[in-house]
Amino acid sequence: MKKENNMALKKFVVGAFDDEKVLFPAVSKVRKAGYKIHDVYTPFPVHGLDHAMGLRETSLHTAGFIYGLTGTTTAVTFMTWVFTKDWPVNIGGKPHFALPAWIPITFELTVLMAAVGMVLTFCYISQLAPFIKKHHFHARATDDLFVMVIECTARTNEEEVRNFLAQAGAIEVNTQVAEDGWWIGRYDREKQLYKDQAIVA
Amino acid sequence: MSLIKYESQIREPLVDGSKTYGQITDDICHTIEVKPTRLWYIGFGISLVLLTFGVYSVYREVVYGIGQWNVNRTIGWGWDITNFVWWVGIGHAGTLISAILLLFRQGWRTGVNRAAEAMTIFAVMCAGQFPIFHMGRVWLAFFTLPYPNTRGPLWPNFNSPLMWDVFAISTYFTVSLLFWYSGLIPDLATVRDRAKTKLRKLLYGVASFGWTGSTKHWQRHESLSLVLAGLSTPLVLSVHTIVSFDFATSVVPGWHTTIFPPYFVAGAIFSGFAMVQTLMVITRKVMNLQDYITISHIEVMNKVIVLTGSIVGCAYLTELFMAWYSMVPYEQDIFFKYRIAGAYGWSYWLMMSCNVISPQLFWFKKLRRNVTFTFVMSIVVNIGMWFERFVIIVSSLYRDYLPSSWSIYYRPTIWEIGFYVGTFGLFFTCYFLFSKYFPVIAIAEIKAILKQKGETFKGGMDDLETKEVEKFYEVTHHDDHHGAVTVAGH
Repeated sequence: MKKENNMALKKFVVGAFDDEKVLFPAVSKVRKAGYKIHDVYTPFPVHGLDHAMGLRETSLHTAGFIYGLTGTTTAVTFMTWVFTKDWPVNIGGKPHFALPAWIPITFELTVLMAAVGMVLTFCYISQLAPFIKKHHFHARATDDLFVMVIECTARTNEEEVRNFLAQAGAIEVNTQVAEDGWWIGRYDREKQLYKDQAIVA
Repeated sequence: MSLIKYESQIREPLVDGSKTYGQITDDICHTIEVKPTRLWYIGFGISLVLLTFGVYSVYREVVYGIGQWNVNRTIGWGWDITNFVWWVGIGHAGTLISAILLLFRQGWRTGVNRAAEAMTIFAVMCAGQFPIFHMGRVWLAFFTLPYPNTRGPLWPNFNSPLMWDVFAISTYFTVSLLFWYSGLIPDLATVRDRAKTKLRKLLYGVASFGWTGSTKHWQRHESLSLVLAGLSTPLVLSVHTIVSFDFATSVVPGWHTTIFPPYFVAGAIFSGFAMVQTLMVITRKVMNLQDYITISHIEVMNKVIVLTGSIVGCAYLTELFMAWYSMVPYEQDIFFKYRIAGAYGWSYWLMMSCNVISPQLFWFKKLRRNVTFTFVMSIVVNIGMWFERFVIIVSSLYRDYLPSSWSIYYRPTIWEIGFYVGTFGLFFTCYFLFSKYFPVIAIAEIKAILKQKGETFKGGMDDLETKEVEKFYEVTHHDDHHGAVTVAGH
């Protein structure tokens, strides 16, 4: 496996919570204490968690709007060009520029482009695609646990963070050294850290 | 500082039994992780047989031509387009449940939306076959697409409703597929992370796109779902509107009416909900999901059926009135001589009794909550809705303006029927595979509503109800001020 630019080994303190009611205060406590939350992994969308973590609002819907407009203009300009410039057909003496009759196709193309564009953008910015692999901090993060991951910087006292998380109500606390980014891989093969690979090589 | 009751006294819990998040995962993933039951093999086997027969029927049509069907110069659409409209209509309920009910914040949709969306996709796949093979020279079907060709380039006629259909159906299929699959990604990740075998890890790993459950990803996912729902809502209305334009923009008596778009959309939702009921009643029983697809889910859908059935009934009566009121002899003859009477009068009355009269029994709460009755009724409704399309197509075509082109008896051939039967095979083959290999209930969405609408939580409500208004507001509205997307609704 070749090393990619976007990857780096980092040290993380991981705390697993089993109730979102405990998670919310824990998030604000951790933030107040000045620790850097890498991410919180949840099995379902927990409403308000993004704001509690201080994430900004997504602009995905704006992208969707722009894709939709692209669809509208594509459809109208294309049909106009075909019926008035490229090959004007006389259909029972009706006008060549038959805007009302083009509404259905214009609408469909608007929806199509907005939907396809948004889904592709979503996958791209969230790095979602077949054979993409990321480090999973806890196997039950997609089942019933809320997993808070705190990144350790040079100044972080790891023991202190672990105690802090345990006090905040985490049912499980551990430290992991993991890849920060994504890589190409398969889920039926064990993950290999570069550290281990280096030993093999 | 007054006390309020905020637990609905009318609404029942949407998840029965005291469940934890882990239990929900176990319950829904169970069927994926065990060997299929004998019932599954039998059902899947029958579907494959039907599909094979359908493939052979289509093969005959492709090799020998449309003459394999009994359609003629007068009744040119016969069973074929009847089946097309019927299948498209069925698909509409899935989008209604997943998109429109999402916008209306109806929490009950979470129990049935995944399977209903799958139904939409499979139904649209079935529907698409009919117009494509009706073209006759199916290998030239790509001529409908506007691509720069060597024939001029000669473009398709964008003013034609049949061309609108090409765009509407293909857009509908694509958007439904994207909506369904983007919702599936987190649930497939759940299955992947529980997987014990290597093959399952590989396949669900590929299918789940490396989903981790990151908060930022969920935030985007929610935004995506909401916008896709917002796009699908007008889309689903447009699709059956455009299908109805195939008829309404013509000058054939009985078709040339402005009532068609809303009437077709209501009929589509009506038949679609009936199909959802058919599938849900079987799925909840066979897969032991009664706690998630509860009797109250079934009752709610029966209410939709009685509503849309009545709208359809109104449309039938309006049509008759308008035919009389128009003073056009051709219109009057079609409706009063050749539709409610005449050679195909029996199909009109079959349609009336299945679609308008029998669903009225759902006004009785006892019948709405009776699973067996619901199942029987769901099939009755779909028979009725098939005959509605048959009545519209055949009874308008067999009596034209010119008596010389009248055709008394149109009967389908075995290959025409075989094609229809084959799409049942396709539909159920897909549904059986889906129910075995995919989470049939949206796991993440059920978890998201569990603490508001589950039975456990409703029990705990009594305690909270003794608290003051401000406290209640604090507890329940901690996250509402920013207007974030709430899939489950509050």
